[in-house]
Amino acid sequence: MKLKIKPLSNPISKIVKVLIYVAAVITVAMLLFIVGYILIRGVPNLTPSLFQWEYTTKNVSMLPAIINTVEITVLTLLIAVPLGVFAAIYLVEYSRQSSLIVKLIRVTTETLTGIPSIVYGLFGYFAFVLALGWGYSLAAGIITLAIMVLPVIVRTTEEALLAVPVSYREGSFGLGAGRLRTIFKLIVPSAMPGILSGVILAIGRIVGETAALIYTSGTGSQTAVSLTDSARTLSVHMYCLLSEGLYTNQAYATAVVLLVVVIGINAASSALAKRISKI
Amino acid sequence: MKVVFLLCALCSVAAVAAICIFLFARGVPAIAEIGPLKFIFGTKWKPTQQLFGILPMIVGSIYVTAGAMVIGAPIGILTAVFLYKYCPVKVYRFVKPAVNLLAGIPSIVYGFFALVVIVPIMQILSDTSGKGMLTASIVLGLMILPTIISTTESALKSADISYFEGSLALGATKERSIFASVFPAARSGILSGIILGVGRAIGETMAVVMIIGNQTVFPKTIFSGIRTMTANIVLEMAYAEGLHLDALIATAVVLFVFIMIINLSFSCIKGNEMKQGVKNK
Repeated sequence: MKLKIKPLSNPISKIVKVLIYVAAVITVAMLLFIVGYILIRGVPNLTPSLFQWEYTTKNVSMLPAIINTVEITVLTLLIAVPLGVFAAIYLVEYSRQSSLIVKLIRVTTETLTGIPSIVYGLFGYFAFVLALGWGYSLAAGIITLAIMVLPVIVRTTEEALLAVPVSYREGSFGLGAGRLRTIFKLIVPSAMPGILSGVILAIGRIVGETAALIYTSGTGSQTAVSLTDSARTLSVHMYCLLSEGLYTNQAYATAVVLLVVVIGINAASSALAKRISKI
Repeated sequence: MKVVFLLCALCSVAAVAAICIFLFARGVPAIAEIGPLKFIFGTKWKPTQQLFGILPMIVGSIYVTAGAMVIGAPIGILTAVFLYKYCPVKVYRFVKPAVNLLAGIPSIVYGFFALVVIVPIMQILSDTSGKGMLTASIVLGLMILPTIISTTESALKSADISYFEGSLALGATKERSIFASVFPAARSGILSGIILGVGRAIGETMAVVMIIGNQTVFPKTIFSGIRTMTANIVLEMAYAEGLHLDALIATAVVLFVFIMIINLSFSCIKGNEMKQGVKNK
């Protein structure tokens, strides 16, 4: 005989169930709406004149901003990744978890995560642009952003290093390898997917950042060729277009490019996540 | 090599120290010069007349953040419940990346979207410019969704499944089992997600500055234009000088104190959670 179990129900539970579905639909619908709306309104505005080498007020080309974004991203990572990875190595491989200095490092790293980007911008403006006299420059923007993404890299690297089995370390030590060799030949390579996912997160933050950059790297509209040049990234470019109020169509086009980049970054990070879970 | 690693690790300490020194060294004297009470409880911000009262901005930040929580927290928590027990695997594969993408969209794009979509709707609904508290609250509510969803989901998942199953076996409905027995177990995780959301909402700048109207007054209705502390800094830094500039830094100091309080309550909850975890085991 087949046993039939009727699902339990009562009116309040039914209402709650409906609310749960409604909430999920709202979340997904808003995302689809934002992405869809911007793509539909923006793609027709992607004209060739927006991708010219020189920015003029006539063509409002975003190509210099795209190149600047790449420059700032790469240079920021060059500073933040080694610092962050080394810091995580110290926290995981060299220190006792209970020591005061580790606690201090953890508290400050958490604090850095919480500071709003405009406060970073303000700090960068006073420390680098004014006090060190660099003016609005690529260098000021890069260092500000490097401080901002540092905690992201430290945290993800730390998690990745902790996930490496202790037996790897014991095996390596047992074979006579030193601590440094164990770290760089064995532990860091096995933690690589995790470290990379941190780097991808950092790239996402750099590309999307506006408030910390307006007053550090400034709004220079041409491609930066030296560290002292003022340079706007794509997000800052979009802000400039909007605050001038004349270039809504071009802002749509810029938003499309930004969205495509963000979707690409997300795809890369989920592909990496799949690889991590396989290992 | 150990020293090199240690030095790198100390970078974050140095960075926080530098940020604090720069902010407080100029912000605190400015507060002292304006007068702490006049600065924090002053209701008029008129830099040209040397009046620097940031109470409207503090109130603005709090209102907008509260509004964002009212909109974002229920939707976020319920969506997390959906992902936890209602979502078929095939749908999950689509919804989860969607939530992640929501987190990745730059704030300037959110602001732009709000400017071209939500502001016109608000213009129709009210007789104002459409830029104001409600508009900003909706957008911030949307922006904090992914934070709340992912922390709530992982809190629910890390709660002991036997609570859920036991409750079902006792004859409670699925909904009741989740809300009456899994939720209390996951309480601190959900709460920390909400606090993270508050931190994100109060610190958000670019999306807010474009859609909130930026008037330095107390709001009369939910459609009124107001200004947050973050918006105040980004709007006036371009041309501020002298005491005006120092007053902006002082605004950042107040914002910083707010963030520190939020961080502190976050780590308190985390600490409690760990203690409880030890007790349960």
